[in-house]
Amino acid sequence: MSTSISKRPRRAGRSAAAPPPGAFNPAALRADFPLLQTTVHGQPLVYLDNAATSQKPQAVLAALLRYYSNLNANIHRGIYQLSAAATAAYENAREKAAQFIQAPSAREIVFVRGSTEAINLVAASWGPAHVQAGDEIILSEMEHHSNIVPWQLLSQRTGSRLRVLPITDAGELRLDELENLFTPRTRLLAITHISNALGTVNPVKQIVSLAHARGVPVLVDGAQSAPHLPVNVRDIDCDFFVFSGHKMCGPTGIGVLWARGEILQAMEPYQGGGDMISSVTFEKSTWNETPHKFEAGTPNIAGAIGLGAAIDYLTGIGMEQIERYEHELLAYTREKLSAIGSLRLIGTAKDRAAVLSFVMDGVHPHDIGAIVDGEGVAIRTGHHCCQPVMDHFHIPATARVSLAFYNTRQDIDRLAAAIEKVKEVFA
Amino acid sequence: MSDLRELYQQTILDHTRKPRNFRQMPDANRAADGHNPLCGDKLKLFLKIDDQGVIADISFVGAGCAISTASASMMTEFLRGRRVVEVAGLFEKFHDMVTRPLEAQPEAAALGKLAVFAGVREFPVRVKCATLPWHTLQAAIKKDQAPVSTE
Ligand SMILES: Cc1ncc(COP(=O)(O)O)c(C=O)c1O
Repeated sequence: MSTSISKRPRRAGRSAAAPPPGAFNPAALRADFPLLQTTVHGQPLVYLDNAATSQKPQAVLAALLRYYSNLNANIHRGIYQLSAAATAAYENAREKAAQFIQAPSAREIVFVRGSTEAINLVAASWGPAHVQAGDEIILSEMEHHSNIVPWQLLSQRTGSRLRVLPITDAGELRLDELENLFTPRTRLLAITHISNALGTVNPVKQIVSLAHARGVPVLVDGAQSAPHLPVNVRDIDCDFFVFSGHKMCGPTGIGVLWARGEILQAMEPYQGGGDMISSVTFEKSTWNETPHKFEAGTPNIAGAIGLGAAIDYLTGIGMEQIERYEHELLAYTREKLSAIGSLRLIGTAKDRAAVLSFVMDGVHPHDIGAIVDGEGVAIRTGHHCCQPVMDHFHIPATARVSLAFYNTRQDIDRLAAAIEKVKEVFA
Repeated sequence: MSDLRELYQQTILDHTRKPRNFRQMPDANRAADGHNPLCGDKLKLFLKIDDQGVIADISFVGAGCAISTASASMMTEFLRGRRVVEVAGLFEKFHDMVTRPLEAQPEAAALGKLAVFAGVREFPVRVKCATLPWHTLQAAIKKDQAPVSTE
């Protein structure tokens, strides 16, 4: 498979034309990903479910192996050299995560399992201290279930309520409605940066400035933005930002909660246990400083180190490059899919990234997914953990293509050919 | 692709395009909702069971993938006029057919036309689609109030 990719024919004007020397070269990057060299149903895998999870480059796999082979020890507790080295590697990954999102300090980076746990942490710890009966939290209609349910749990516990910013039929936020949603009881606005179901890129900086003008803090769900564009939390000016390592070339089970230092410091611990305390007696315990206060127990040390390696890999390519290339590839994908009759795109926002959802006349998305899988093309079908979005468009599910920088025009051509197969079967 | 053709048999595609007994039943004496969260399949099944315990009428409505729609459509055709007490045994045979190797199915013949679903066994993720109507049927017979979910 790798040879068929690296020795692509150079035919001018064709999608298979080789990039000019020195340019961003996805075909070369593909070689870094062992899983992209495999076959499915006898065909080279075309992986287009990156919004669910990305594939992992050799550099990340090697970092995991290196940690377990050479560095494995528990952190923050051993006086011996090995433990000190493991601690340094873990804390070094925290520095990398901070730099990746331009956070002012690594002490504001809390390692968690992923975006879901990060949001739950904020809802469980920050929530009860700031949200009381009758208070309100604003979400949008395009949120992932993980940015809905934790707030629902909080509102059930506190007697507060959720208010929902609607979306248009293009899949854009109805920002004109936002002013009406703010009330003196608004305590938080939680919003996704990029929709995993629609691909919409939300103007989070503008939203934050509107919210801050009302004294309302903002949580940004960066699960889909961290892998696809440069993130600068100081520029966005949000108060919380969450992302998942596994969607950006890192391992599963590791992710990040970033929050402003003063907010984190004022927050109560999320879970109790080892490492998060500074002293324990049966009468009273005192908490370790941030971020350790929020990392009870032995954390995912290997995962954090793997995430650090993933960040090095991505920044080595350059997030601006990745954003620019994926933008082009998304335009190509759109063009290709739009040319297929009977296919309707769901989500046509002006500002979009990496994700394209669609439905086909007379064919359920599940059948689309099964038939393209038979052609070696992996896409996601279903509600994408966004049932309110499906309800908005009155559909049970969509088929979703989600890109990464290692996808190529050839991948999209294979996808388009596979969709033609779907039409054949259901003709 | 050959095994995909096994899955998407012409009979199945025909029932997907033109589902039989696809209608509400205002005078049903049993009904149940079924839901497959994985793919968003949703169906509502209606039954009219007479005093002799015979399925006098059976219908469904809903939106689902080709496999679950065809399975519901063919199930309704297959079961009309049969006795309710037969259902559990038939479902067991159907379930075996879509999950177990061919050799382990001496009784598949009892399923008649439903044998077109045998191809599902090569696609474990689709077993839930094929069996959703049957699970929903069982719930309707038991008069379960809670909607059936395959998850
Ligand atoms: C927008 C968005 N938010 C949150 C999540 C949850 O991420 P995780 O499952 O890694 O916790 C996802 C994952 O699909 C997502 O796409």
